[in-house]
Amino acid sequence: MTTATTVSRAEYCVIACADAWRDNGEVLASPMGTIPAFGARLAKRTFSPDLLLTDGEATLVGLDGTPEGWLPYRQHLTMVTGGKRHVMMGASQIDRFGNQNISCIGDWSKPSRQLLGVRGAPVNTLNNPTSYWVPKHSARVFVEKVDMICGVGYDSAAAAGPSATRYHRIPRVVSNLGVFDFSTPGHSMRIASLHPGATVEEVRDCTGFALVIPDDVPYTREPTAEELRLIREVIDPRGVRDREVRS
Amino acid sequence: MTDKTMTPEQVVARLRSGMTLGIGGWGSRRKPMALVRAILRSGLTDLTVISYGGPDVGLLVAAGKARKVVAAFTTLDSIPLEPHFRTARQSGAVELMEIDEAMFMWGLHAAVNRLPFLPVRAGIGSDVMRVNPALKTVTSPYEDGERFAAMPALRMDAALVHMNRADRVGNGQYLGPDPYFDDLFCEAADTAYVSCEQLVETAELTKTAAPQTLLVKRHSVTGVIETPNGAHFTSCAPDYDRDEAFQKAYATTPWPEFAERFLSGVDEKAYQSAVQTWHEEQK
Repeated sequence: MTTATTVSRAEYCVIACADAWRDNGEVLASPMGTIPAFGARLAKRTFSPDLLLTDGEATLVGLDGTPEGWLPYRQHLTMVTGGKRHVMMGASQIDRFGNQNISCIGDWSKPSRQLLGVRGAPVNTLNNPTSYWVPKHSARVFVEKVDMICGVGYDSAAAAGPSATRYHRIPRVVSNLGVFDFSTPGHSMRIASLHPGATVEEVRDCTGFALVIPDDVPYTREPTAEELRLIREVIDPRGVRDREVRS
Repeated sequence: MTDKTMTPEQVVARLRSGMTLGIGGWGSRRKPMALVRAILRSGLTDLTVISYGGPDVGLLVAAGKARKVVAAFTTLDSIPLEPHFRTARQSGAVELMEIDEAMFMWGLHAAVNRLPFLPVRAGIGSDVMRVNPALKTVTSPYEDGERFAAMPALRMDAALVHMNRADRVGNGQYLGPDPYFDDLFCEAADTAYVSCEQLVETAELTKTAAPQTLLVKRHSVTGVIETPNGAHFTSCAPDYDRDEAFQKAYATTPWPEFAERFLSGVDEKAYQSAVQTWHEEQK
């Protein structure tokens, strides 16, 4: 089984993403990106067996691909507003209060770089827990202020009032360097854990705003032997994770 | 009953410059591309396009047909960013009403139900409200007193959708995994045109498929157009997958060159034949 093999950075990322869905119960795990997808599958195989997963299209499937439900876009959007979902989205930009941008870079009226568009970020963030995954932590992504608020952050939700804050929650942001949350009095982003090998200085250098740094910064937890086996032999035997995050 | 079959050219003849068009499908999936191509061959201009956007938006923008786009995204799915939409946005060539996916859906529902708007818990707190200053909010008249975005009805002059099968009177059937919002597009529009892979007798529709695959109902359909491979190069499951190689060529070939080679023919047949020749060359 497990000898003293080194856990790769990508594997810590999978673990950190999987933990986002811990104790979520019978909700839809919606991962965007490769490593969040592996994380969701790992969570379902281990500590969160009741999670619902999709095939990426309109079918709810078990871990072996067995269909167990139909979830076309219109019903998926209802699941969002009903709150029975925890999505992990990407972010081209994210700021200290968790405002996220995937729409465009620069002035919206004539952007320097047009990206995807707001997609479902506005509805996601006001209705179901929304976490984020950033495979390459940099000051270009972790910015002082996003150019276009797609996913609503804590300050923006508060300013918009009770119907925005009522179901608003950003459990965590996972990057290739660590895990971040908003468990501070002002909901400003803080380091929740560093992936082993990453340092506070490194994270600080790669972040365009002042993170809250606790006195004792823990490391992201180690995977269990069984979790490592599942990642390496069952979920991602071809090592695709190492292409999204390099060690 | 009225036979509603027509050609792509007859559809275009019923459209006018300045109209608001809804286009069904999602991203680079089951788009009524043959009808879009017929618009590209026409003199139509100044269109407002409402779409869960894919290459339909890219083509209409690149060809200078669309003045305004209403969308939550524009993507080619396997190629995340639509190159022609990007160019148009970055040069300021196209106006955009950028709204959230759920707001879009509620805008369709409002139009279908002849309501001026529907409340949605989305938009507020985001910059969707900033970049769309005309969007208003509405306060619940009940005890909760909550405030929501009042998503205006997305009413359309015409809708274009693509189905796997249809009959001559306008009953449209989808056989893929997702209906997208095509029935809503048809009902949200004053006129709706349903292209299909195969035109069949009504009784054929349910010979091997369940009645719930009959997505579009004839009362909401103006015209039916048989256009085999008419969603190309987007997917039309289960009839065919996306033509990834051709989509890549679309995304990487300079627009004038692409338009000249594939879109300058006299009709849809000329397009399909140009694509076939291109595929032969790739072997």
